[in-house]
Amino acid sequence: MKRTIPLMITFIVGISLILAIFIPHDPFHGLDSNFSIFYDVIAVFAFILGGGNLLKVHLRKIQDKRLDWKYSIVTVSGFGLMLGAGLLKIGVDGGWSGDYQGAGGLFNYLYDAAFQPLQATMFSLLAFFVASASYRAFRAKTREATILLVAAFIILIRPTPLGYYLTFWLPKPLQFLHIPNLSTWVLSVPNMAGQRAIMIGIALGIVSTSLRLILGIERSYLGSEGKG
Amino acid sequence: MAEESKNVTFFEKLGTLDRRWIFLMIALAVIIPLIMKYTTSIPTSPLVQRLFDKTEDLPPGSKILMSFDYGPSTAPENQPMADAFTRHAFEKGHRVYLMALWPTGARQSLQLIDELINVEFPEKGYGTDYIHLGYKAGNQGLINTLLSDFTAMYTTDIEGTSIDEFPMMEGIRTLRDFDLILGLGSGFPGTKEWVQFAGDPGDIPVGGGTTAVMAPLLYPYYPKQMVGFLGGLQGAAEYEYALIQAYPEYMQKSRLASTSMGPQVTAHLVIVAFIIIGNITFLVERSRRKRY
Repeated sequence: MKRTIPLMITFIVGISLILAIFIPHDPFHGLDSNFSIFYDVIAVFAFILGGGNLLKVHLRKIQDKRLDWKYSIVTVSGFGLMLGAGLLKIGVDGGWSGDYQGAGGLFNYLYDAAFQPLQATMFSLLAFFVASASYRAFRAKTREATILLVAAFIILIRPTPLGYYLTFWLPKPLQFLHIPNLSTWVLSVPNMAGQRAIMIGIALGIVSTSLRLILGIERSYLGSEGKG
Repeated sequence: MAEESKNVTFFEKLGTLDRRWIFLMIALAVIIPLIMKYTTSIPTSPLVQRLFDKTEDLPPGSKILMSFDYGPSTAPENQPMADAFTRHAFEKGHRVYLMALWPTGARQSLQLIDELINVEFPEKGYGTDYIHLGYKAGNQGLINTLLSDFTAMYTTDIEGTSIDEFPMMEGIRTLRDFDLILGLGSGFPGTKEWVQFAGDPGDIPVGGGTTAVMAPLLYPYYPKQMVGFLGGLQGAAEYEYALIQAYPEYMQKSRLASTSMGPQVTAHLVIVAFIIIGNITFLVERSRRKRY
């Protein structure tokens, strides 16, 4: 029973949504948007589940004093502090009737003074690692690596004045070799071809996985109940 | 022979350069142009120009939905896009609807209101010229619902006021009632989802703005499924350039992306220089190994 009911729900919902797309008339018409509303409602509950799971994982790590457990204290404290500041509307003008993101509030302060600069710092660090990785990785070791190196060079140099001055003097018949033109070509021809191939591959993969789920062949989402 | 071995040692050293030197060079490449206020103007590419022209050609009073699907981490790339586009939309007399698929996006749109709309366009009225609808959970499921029933999900604005009280919400029933959707994003859900779940099935013009690393993923959608898009800070600078060309009065105000491009351009040049040095050392080393 534990397996049959989820499998039936998956089958009915999956088939209904397929029919809603291919038969846009009653009773199937509108099923798509109705199911989307269910999805939105479930998505809201996922936040509670996500929060609960975060606490469960990190509290257990602290309790067992596993590797790097001290970082978990920071995670749990940060989570609790932001959640408390938002839920209790600490310091917000207008008290309980005010907006949790309102001026003067602790949530607002923590967001602007901690969350925002921390996120910006983490993302900014990428520039250093990209530079270091480029120095070591972009080397003409093989034919494929050389193609990658040339493509990266063209894209990197494109917005710089060097990208313009290196090739602006080329005669008209060779203008396709001008760096800005080459950069556009790299992005809109080889890149697009590769992206399309990946997208079509992913789409076919999604179709086959979805069919396996709908028909009950793929049962791993049921967890241990799905075995057998 | 002694000279050769000295050179080899030099190239060997260069090949295994301590990465802290690279970090230092990148830091200087960013800090010096920031201090010197080095700016650069990037001529508008067709990709950006098409989005600019679409906004330009819409009749005044057109309804534009702007979705803020990013957070503070990518704000240096995404926020100048929002700024330049909002200036253009208001210049043309369009109505702007702000929303977010990311919880952090709502804060970025509040920043747009506080730092740009209230400062540069104080005559624009909340509820008549622009409105902030806030964040809703649901990712692509939310877009799917909005496509068939906008008011099912958005019954109030971000402050909790009923949307029926705002004149600019009259006639908004589905996403199809918008003349243009601009998805500013840096991941999932983002610009791609706006194309797949709103633009394509609803036949609604969709434009976008994404971080530079995400821009190559959007090329398959251009030009049929996307009006145009801004790729990274460069895309934002190109939009600023188009705006200044059309409306020179924004020469001083709309310069955030162009100013930020200075450090980016210098950092690119440093990276290119390191790539060249890396390859020279690699080739010298290889020829040395072949010789011995």
